Amino acid sequence: MSEKPEKLIDKKGIRLDGRKPDELRSIKLEVGVIPNADGSAYVEHGKNKILVGVYGPREVHPKHLALQDRTVLKCRYHMAPFSVQERKSPAPSRREIELSKVIRESLQPSIFMEYYPRTMIDVFIEILQADGGTRCASITAASLALADAGIPMRDLVVSCAAGKADDTIVLDLMDEEDKQGKADVPVALMPNLNAITLLQMDGKLTHEEFESAVNLAIDGCKRIYSMQKEALKAKYINVKEEAEE
Amino acid sequence: MPTFFEPKQIVTPGDLIAEGEYIAGENTYAEDKKIFASRTGLVEYDNKRVNVVALKAFYMPRAGDMVIGTVVEIGFNGWTININSPYQAFLRPADVLSRPFKPQKDELSQVLDMGDLIVAKIISYDRTHDPQITVAEPGLGKITRGQIVKVTPTKIPRIIGRQGSMVSMIKEQTGCQIILGLNGVVLITGKTLEDEQLALMAIHKIEEESHTSGLTDRITQMLKEEKSKQEEKKNE
Repeated sequence: MSEKPEKLIDKKGIRLDGRKPDELRSIKLEVGVIPNADGSAYVEHGKNKILVGVYGPREVHPKHLALQDRTVLKCRYHMAPFSVQERKSPAPSRREIELSKVIRESLQPSIFMEYYPRTMIDVFIEILQADGGTRCASITAASLALADAGIPMRDLVVSCAAGKADDTIVLDLMDEEDKQGKADVPVALMPNLNAITLLQMDGKLTHEEFESAVNLAIDGCKRIYSMQKEALKAKYINVKEEAEE
Repeated sequence: MPTFFEPKQIVTPGDLIAEGEYIAGENTYAEDKKIFASRTGLVEYDNKRVNVVALKAFYMPRAGDMVIGTVVEIGFNGWTININSPYQAFLRPADVLSRPFKPQKDELSQVLDMGDLIVAKIISYDRTHDPQITVAEPGLGKITRGQIVKVTPTKIPRIIGRQGSMVSMIKEQTGCQIILGLNGVVLITGKTLEDEQLALMAIHKIEEESHTSGLTDRITQMLKEEKSKQEEKKNE
């Protein structure tokens, strides 16, 4: 990696990658990219590249894990060995196991778990390239893949982080800001129900700073939410236009 | 009591469709007198009832449904059948043999083997028990010839069409017999391979374009064009 930059934000208030403090990175969302899976999504969030496959509801294996009153949601967050500068061991690390749990718990409230007892839903999240904020991008993509699989949901889950770089509250941290910044606040949201499903904080923030960071993250989530909806509809609208011309 | 979407407009999970005295129908849910979508699909109003016709879903068993399944396991006292749903169905030998089943004498794999396809009817299903199916009715039983296509189960009604208009048109144009399993598995049996291929093409097209308008006419036209192409080839 290059040397540490001295400042994350210059005098004009522009960040290292040329963004304003409240600007998102460029986002590309696509659904139905894996024909073999029941549902799938691909997301490019800045330099993050993430592929998600969803299978199910299907039979539970091993059988004793089945729950009699609801479905079992399984999440696997995995970083490809080539996703970061230095080779990452393909074995699941402590961090990956924790993120799998965090992502599972942020998706769970959106799914009607009780509709399909004695079944299992598998979510496989593969990080092809990582650049800070992969957990947020993963949640956004996983929720899209679940919707693409035709699993009934209360709302889509969107996620976005805010944080503190130097002394400014900024939206959507990238790798350097995440590592050298002062705080990171990932938020996942179900926008139509106005319900937060994930809220974490890493670093130090005052009460006021925390509040403005959360509000900024929620604002970012809502912006991504509209893109998410467009991505889901695009799969069908494109076909419609082609057919009806 | 406002509604926020036109009929046939696409909604995604979480979209607020209507507010007030409405009833949540298929693929929707209600919260504080608000109706939200729970799947991606097309909005449909039926008096006070709000439905979403899902563009993609999986099959949930219902008693009385006709389905097409594959034998995936042979047990001591019956077959396990994959019916393209989150739950696997169970088939009892007495229903197939039409006489009492004697475990000492009867060899189940002689009757239905692994991988065999059957047309069956669901007799019972609830949240706590896996579905049970039967073949002891006319028209049901082992499939011996034809081709199988899988489509999204929600599109079966579209393939049937209004009062069967679509499926009878395809049958007429191709001369094939078509059995639609409500679980999204379709069996096509025709006189020649070409006929079957033609029907297959039509079904694929319907699946892809099920949410567009004027589909029956377009399918008819496509079938006629393809048929004349085949005739030309034969004449050469």
